[in-house]
Amino acid sequence: MASFQAVVIGVSTGGLQALQKLLGQLPADFSLPILIVQHIRPDAGSGLAKLLDERCALRVKEADEQDEILPGTVYLAPPNYHLLVERAGFLSLSADPYVSFARPSIDVLFESAAEVFGPDLIGVVLTGANFDGSRGLQAIKQKGGIAIVQDPADAEARQMPQAAIDATAATGVDHVLALDGMAALLQKLAPGRATLPHITRGRDA
Amino acid sequence: MKSGDVEDVEIRLLLEGVQEIYGYDFRGYADASIKRRLIHWLAESEFETFSQAQSLLLRDRGVFESLLRGITVNVTEMFRDPSFFKAVREQVVPFLKTYPFVKIWHAGCATGEEAYSMAILLNEEGMAGRYRMYATDINEAVLQKAAEGVMPITEMQRFTRNYQKSGGSVSFADYYTARYDRAILSAALKKDIVFAPHNLAIDGEFGEMNMVLCRNVMIYFKPPLKERCLQLFDSSLLAGGFLCLGLKESLEKKKIGARYEELAAPLRIYRKRYG
Repeated sequence: MASFQAVVIGVSTGGLQALQKLLGQLPADFSLPILIVQHIRPDAGSGLAKLLDERCALRVKEADEQDEILPGTVYLAPPNYHLLVERAGFLSLSADPYVSFARPSIDVLFESAAEVFGPDLIGVVLTGANFDGSRGLQAIKQKGGIAIVQDPADAEARQMPQAAIDATAATGVDHVLALDGMAALLQKLAPGRATLPHITRGRDA
Repeated sequence: MKSGDVEDVEIRLLLEGVQEIYGYDFRGYADASIKRRLIHWLAESEFETFSQAQSLLLRDRGVFESLLRGITVNVTEMFRDPSFFKAVREQVVPFLKTYPFVKIWHAGCATGEEAYSMAILLNEEGMAGRYRMYATDINEAVLQKAAEGVMPITEMQRFTRNYQKSGGSVSFADYYTARYDRAILSAALKKDIVFAPHNLAIDGEFGEMNMVLCRNVMIYFKPPLKERCLQLFDSSLLAGGFLCLGLKESLEKKKIGARYEELAAPLRIYRKRYG
């Protein structure tokens, strides 16, 4: 049984509602770090991380370069930057050209996370109206990780989850399900509970 | 050993070889991004693996030059982050105007988009002829492009929007001549800029600068190389000079941080303290 080290989530159109729902159902002591690419306008500012942080038990922050990847923390890719995972357990950012027509790009995050976490990674593709994330989810499967995709029928925009399912047809996606069951599934996959300074200290400390 | 690990070993050996033979040191670059760029270069090359590439790469400077071009290209745009340029116009230029002449170092200028943006801004604020901008990059191929000042015409709509959001008040089309699919920037923007090669990993400082811009370049570096750059900028800057970083870079927890105050908080414009 794999011992997972991280969850990566890619989401586009309809992402605000989807993330609120999914993250909102996870407890503050969820034991894995969660790295998220939500497609967003390049000049969007940092409002999304703040909003999600207020509405979820988990700590949500916009990723800064050289952030240490901590369990029970949600890192959102900043507008206009790709988010990547470094081998040393830190995050890095890049201003390289758009990948899959996006910056931040889901493929970039997924591929770099797959490089570092190998089979210990859970990849999640949610609602969206493009094809970003398909290549990344394939990379996760190739390294032996787990692929979870939102049921296209349940998604506000079905194109992105459908593309992810089609792209990983060779290996197959591990779970296709509605958003509602996803938090429970992640908790089942995640080991134990996180014991983090920010939890014992209280969220507003 | 997994195949991914083999590739990491190959990359490490390759970068060491490149450093020893050509003097370019990429070992201080953050792994994830440089690996992406290297894999992209490999895919476009004639080689199957990095080991295969290595033997020719270390013997044939032409092959190395293609690698260098591939892994050091930073992309940017004119007036990237309009709010940053607006703050420079409103909060930095008034200080710069108090000097008879100012020197600006734009480190990692790539193809020159931001250097030309600064030139437009300074000229509009009445500083034409009263500044010299040293725009440097490690990659001589992009510097040559920068010096030409020719951009794809398809980008001009986006650049114009950025320019307007940054507080620009005249017609952006006045700054270039359209020729087929290209936009040729006007000579007036080029005359106060000097494009020159400079490698942040090994080269030294530029003296007595009033302003240093280095935006979204150090995000590709590991912490020690980042610190080296910041030391370099610090020793290049006069007291009261300005240091401008990318929106996701900061002086927080950096050695030189105590000597700087943040002028426009989220926009990463710092001013070097006196004394």
